[in-house]
Order: sequence, then structure tokens, then C-alpha cells
Amino acid sequence: MANALQFDLVSPERRLAQLEATEVQIPGADGDMTAMADHAPTITTLRPGILTVTHSGGSDDYVVSGGFAEITAEGVTVLAEKALPRGEMTQEVYERLVEEAQSAYDKTKETFKNEPGPVDDAAKLLSDMVAVGGHIGLSPKQPNL
Amino acid sequence: MPSLKDLKTRIESVKSTRKITKAMQMVAAAKLRRAQDAAEASRPYAERFNAVMAGLAASVGDSDSAPVLLRGTGSDQTQLLVVMTAERGLCGGFNANIAKLARSHAEDLRGKGKTVKILTVGKKGRDALKRDLGDLFIGHVDLTDVKNISYEDAQDIARDILGRFDEGEFDVATIFYSKFVNVVTQVPSAQQVIPFEVPEGTEAEGGTLYDYEPGEEEILADLLPRGVATAIFSALLENGASEQGARMSAMDNATRNAGEMIDQLTIEYNRSRQAVITNELIEIISGAEAL
Repeated sequence: MANALQFDLVSPERRLAQLEATEVQIPGADGDMTAMADHAPTITTLRPGILTVTHSGGSDDYVVSGGFAEITAEGVTVLAEKALPRGEMTQEVYERLVEEAQSAYDKTKETFKNEPGPVDDAAKLLSDMVAVGGHIGLSPKQPNL
Repeated sequence: MPSLKDLKTRIESVKSTRKITKAMQMVAAAKLRRAQDAAEASRPYAERFNAVMAGLAASVGDSDSAPVLLRGTGSDQTQLLVVMTAERGLCGGFNANIAKLARSHAEDLRGKGKTVKILTVGKKGRDALKRDLGDLFIGHVDLTDVKNISYEDAQDIARDILGRFDEGEFDVATIFYSKFVNVVTQVPSAQQVIPFEVPEGTEAEGGTLYDYEPGEEEILADLLPRGVATAIFSALLENGASEQGARMSAMDNATRNAGEMIDQLTIEYNRSRQAVITNELIEIISGAEAL
């Protein structure tokens, strides 16, 4: 198939998916992008968000939190720090992730009192994480910024 | 000459030892399988990661703007040794071998006039190095309560190390752990994590020119700390599998030794029982003859 690309989704702990896809929508740090076959080779970092893979049998959603993706003409490899099939993303798991992001933000705010850079980054991570909940229909917790 | 009763209690005690070592061996075998699976599941990530890093590192190179984690501080005066061992003993030479490698490195570096600092992960390594190098310890990570090593554990350790690096506590960090080859072979190894070094056997991405989004350096700055965590995570998993493998073969040996010991003691027991019977018979016969 000329318009197929090899899709791999791996997290440090396991390989979540390895299949042939037609398109992959990636939550890149600078905005979402969709990779199809013969995409220019690109490496991008990820923000917490939803990754959608479309393949011949339909489409799958995964929730990823950070990491990076490597896109070549032949395929997409996503190395996510944490990744879950959308079905495994329950309110409970989601709340834990938001809590983690929140505590990371609090800690950063504490350590870098006078530097806006890292604090802003952590705040962005936290609000991205919160936004993910809204996307998949879980009740988002309001971040404490 | 021990009495019959003594022999019997000894046989009983060796038998219960054998039961325990046998049980430990079986537990280790079951855990080994899990640990091995975990180590294997983490490999695709580490491989891809290192390949991408190798490509990035090659393209950013030694330019002055390269992140410190890649370029290094320009000195190698202060060395941090991260010694990763098990929390438990009874696994043959596993802990001792890692400690030995770390110790010889530390002595080597000290001989060259470098400052050595040691961070221990796992109780057994700390105990083994405490006497000779205890004054070099700067910290300890306790994983006693951790049953299954998760990526977060590795991240915590990496954060600790990176925090110390940012404060200028050391220039070069090396991790010590045991590579799992198979059940009977585990190789104690050292790997430099700061500044980043492409691990051996990684195929660099050659020839492909990537677009980087955001910039090359931002990505590198984001990935380098992750690289430390990834290296530590793989090391922890390798260590986990090695520990169980080492324990399994150690306990297998112990079980076999106990078996041999029981055989010997049983022979001795039967002989002395026979001697007692013969003695009694002689007494009876000579008593009857005297009449």
C-alpha cells in the first residue's frame, strides 16, 4: 500500500501499538499535526494530548503525556513518556495525572521564584493536562495556578 | 563421634534449609520471568531514543551553544559514581561484583587526583562500600518499598542527579549496574550518563535530515534529562533481571549442596546406627556365652 505508514507507539514500560496506519494525528508541542505517508522527516516534542491513529480498521485514540515523535517518510515512531489507550483513561487515572502535573508546577514555582521560563512551562503542561480531560469527556479539575 | 540424636537433628535442619532454598529458587525463577519481560519491553523505547539522540548529538556537535548535559562542564575533576545494587542479599556474587567494579573505578579516579562522590541506589551496595568509601557518600536512594520498578522511580533518581549537576556538585556521572546476559551470566558494567554519551551498539541515524519542531536545541534540552532517566530505567530493569537470575543460580547451588550434605549425613547416621546394633548384639552374645 503506497499510502500506508508504519506506526509505533512505545513508552518506557511497554510497546503499546505497532501497526500499519494511514494517518496519525500528533499533539506536537507547537500545535497538532497529522502525519501521512511521505511526510518530510520531522522530530517534534509532544504536549499532553490525544494521539489519533487512523488505520484500515477504523481509528484508535491514545492519551499521551509528553515525549517526542519521529516522523519519516515510511513511518511514525512516538516515544511517549506516559501513554494509555483512551479506554484505560478513567477519571481516577486522569485525576492522578493532573495531580502530578499540579505538584510539579508547585515545585517549579517554589524553585524558580524569579524566573518565569520554567514556571510558564510547568503551567502550560498543567493546563494541557487539564484540557485533555475536557477532550475525552471527563470532568476536568480546575488547575490551581 | 556425634550421637545418633545429634545426627538426626542435623539432618532435619539441613532438610529444612533445603526446603527454604528451594522455595527461594522457585520464587526467583518466577520473578526472573517478570523482570526479564519488563527489561525486554523497555528495550524498543531505549533503542529508538538512543538512535534519535545520537543523530541529534551529531548534528549539534561540540558547538558552544550545545547544552551542558551534552557538552559537559569542560572538566572531569569531580566524578559522581551512581552505584545501583539490590536491596536484598542471598543472590551470589551479584552485589559484590557491582561493588567491586565501582570500588576499583573509585580508586582509579582517586589515584588520578580526581574528586569522587558516590550515590548509592539499593541497600546492599551501600553496605558493601561503606567501610572503604563511606566518606564519599553524598546520598542514598532506597527502593525497599518498590515492588515493580516503574519509570517514575527512574525519573526520581534522575531528577536527584540532575539537581546535583545543576548545583555544580559534579562534572561527570557514571552509573554502575549489572547487565543481564542469561541466568548464569551477569556482567557488571559502567555507563557514563552525564555528559551524554551514545551507548555502544547504537546505530546513529545517518543521512536523514530532520525538521525539528520546535528548534533542534530546544528538543535536545528537553530530551537530555529524559536520556538520563531512560538510561537509569534500563539499568534498573537490567539489574532487576540480573538480581533474580543470580539469586536463582545461587539458590540452585545451595539446594544441591544441601542435598549432598543430607546424603552424607544419612550415610553417617545409618553407619553409626548399624554400629550400635552390632555392639548390642556382641554384648548379648558374649553375655550368653559366659553363662
